[in-house]
Amino acid sequence: MIKGRAYKFGDNINTDDIYPGRYLSITTDREEMAKHCFELAYPDFLKNAKPGDIIVAGKNFGCGSSREQAATCLKYFGISAVIAESFARIFYRNAINLGLPILIAPEITKKINHNDTLEIDLKKGIIKNMETWETIKVLPLPPFILEILNERGLIPYLRKKIAIKKKGESR
Amino acid sequence: MPTIVEKILARASGKAKVVPNEIVMAKVDVAMSHENADVVLKSFQEIGVERVWDPEKIVILFDHRIPAESEKSATTHKRIREFVKEQGIKHFYDLKEGICHQVLPEMGHCRPGEILVGTDSHTTTHGAFGTFATGIGGTEMAGVWATGELWLKVPESFKIKVMGKFAKYVTAKDLILYIIGQLKADGADYKSVEFCGPTISEMSVASRMVLTNLSMEMGAKNAFVLPDEKTIEFVRKRTEKKFAAVLPDEDAEYLKTFEFDVSNLRAQIACPHSVDNVKAVKEVAGLKVHQVLIGSCTNGRLEDLQVAAEILEGKKVHSDVRLIVIPASRAVYLEALKAGYIEIFLKAGALILNPGCGPCLGAHQGLLAAGEVCLSTTNRNFKGRMGSPDSFIYLASPATAAFSAIKGEITEPL
Ligand code: SF4
Repeated sequence: MIKGRAYKFGDNINTDDIYPGRYLSITTDREEMAKHCFELAYPDFLKNAKPGDIIVAGKNFGCGSSREQAATCLKYFGISAVIAESFARIFYRNAINLGLPILIAPEITKKINHNDTLEIDLKKGIIKNMETWETIKVLPLPPFILEILNERGLIPYLRKKIAIKKKGESR
Repeated sequence: MPTIVEKILARASGKAKVVPNEIVMAKVDVAMSHENADVVLKSFQEIGVERVWDPEKIVILFDHRIPAESEKSATTHKRIREFVKEQGIKHFYDLKEGICHQVLPEMGHCRPGEILVGTDSHTTTHGAFGTFATGIGGTEMAGVWATGELWLKVPESFKIKVMGKFAKYVTAKDLILYIIGQLKADGADYKSVEFCGPTISEMSVASRMVLTNLSMEMGAKNAFVLPDEKTIEFVRKRTEKKFAAVLPDEDAEYLKTFEFDVSNLRAQIACPHSVDNVKAVKEVAGLKVHQVLIGSCTNGRLEDLQVAAEILEGKKVHSDVRLIVIPASRAVYLEALKAGYIEIFLKAGALILNPGCGPCLGAHQGLLAAGEVCLSTTNRNFKGRMGSPDSFIYLASPATAAFSAIKGEITEPL
């Protein structure tokens, strides 16, 4: 169960908005990446957003270039999930593979206000708006995607899975 | 009533049926990487497996920076060669064969009904054979190398029906540029696009690849040309492996259906700096060009060189223009040589480069200076892609390119 405050955005938030191109030379220091989320396009974010917040956005979130930093910076800032009406394909994949929970929820921007407290059950596909008590049903994430998210990304997930398998074989 | 993509993904994930937006774990039939295999192998080593899941299903070749343009690339190539040997990866073409999106079909790696993933966004090209083919990130490819599987979200489908006969010198490239101009760069975001209709049935396999190649530029996750006799014949000649072609049900459901009639279509051109900034060539005719590039995974095949050669035969490239011709593969090069096209290009004053990506991605072999204009048969015209951020790239067909090279300015092929 994820609980957090909604931080709202509109449609077509691109990867340049999320992570400015001028910081692309930072490739491994993830904490450093987190200091630049939305820095140029939405400077208020760094002032007002808090670790644990849930980003709620409109259509085509994460469009533009394929930079993995866009998902990484949000993850390491402490964003606990991103809910959007739709995502650009590569951002969506990068987010999951890097361990950032992500849900598609049509019309969500009409049902949630900035700062509303939300509860998300990724497994059941339920978003609960604690201010209005409205429950929004979406397509849940399947078990193996949840496992990837639990392990904080694809590489650690596979590392664990393969280590377990090796242990089993050596017994 | 499933679409082709639903059927292929159901089979690959061992399910009876899948629905759009469902996430499935799919078994991969072919996993392709070029120079960026280097990034993949770094992540692969982090996972902690010693061997790749199946050394027969991984295809690796070099095409982006060949021969190595820097010491850094040379080292990358070397590291990958060592990894390939160590792992016994069977299908490795080094830098000898050409561009991945041309070489894989030629070598029989694209088969209808299968799943092909590549660490290159234009992997959509391989959908021309009824293959589900899409680009993935380096991290995920490491996962594929380790396990042979990856997760995929079942996309919704668009159907694009094309009818009518092309006018002379109007080609698949003009059609797909026109479609991208209409749908825009995000018009097919995340969708599986199916091309069908009488015009597509008539088209050569090479022309069909132009459509699926450029579908990426309207955001498609993948694109298909429905397999038919031409597809089967092409594939059978190149592989012994059994495959089962998949077609959509007659009553398959599409999110949207589009219809285009090409009868009155004229040559199209994508203007700087986005692929969806499409105009009729006649609207920009007369603009001076400094470099003309005929080649790439979009338009470097034999039929492209053929039309260019027919136009350039006995003519001279304009004295202010550099014409660069790059056959997409060694096989194409050989055919073009036999057909006499290469001789025509050389006599006209063109430069022939080794099969590969050439300057398409701006790494080497013909970059642009500030203020220069390049007319190219490639697929991306983003600001600065081929050199200076103050240069201008226009995308068009090989026929438009050949006429423009002679005249020294953008010219409609008529
Ligand atoms: S020719 Fe250009 S678009 Fe095609 S694979 Fe090479 S770099 Fe990419």
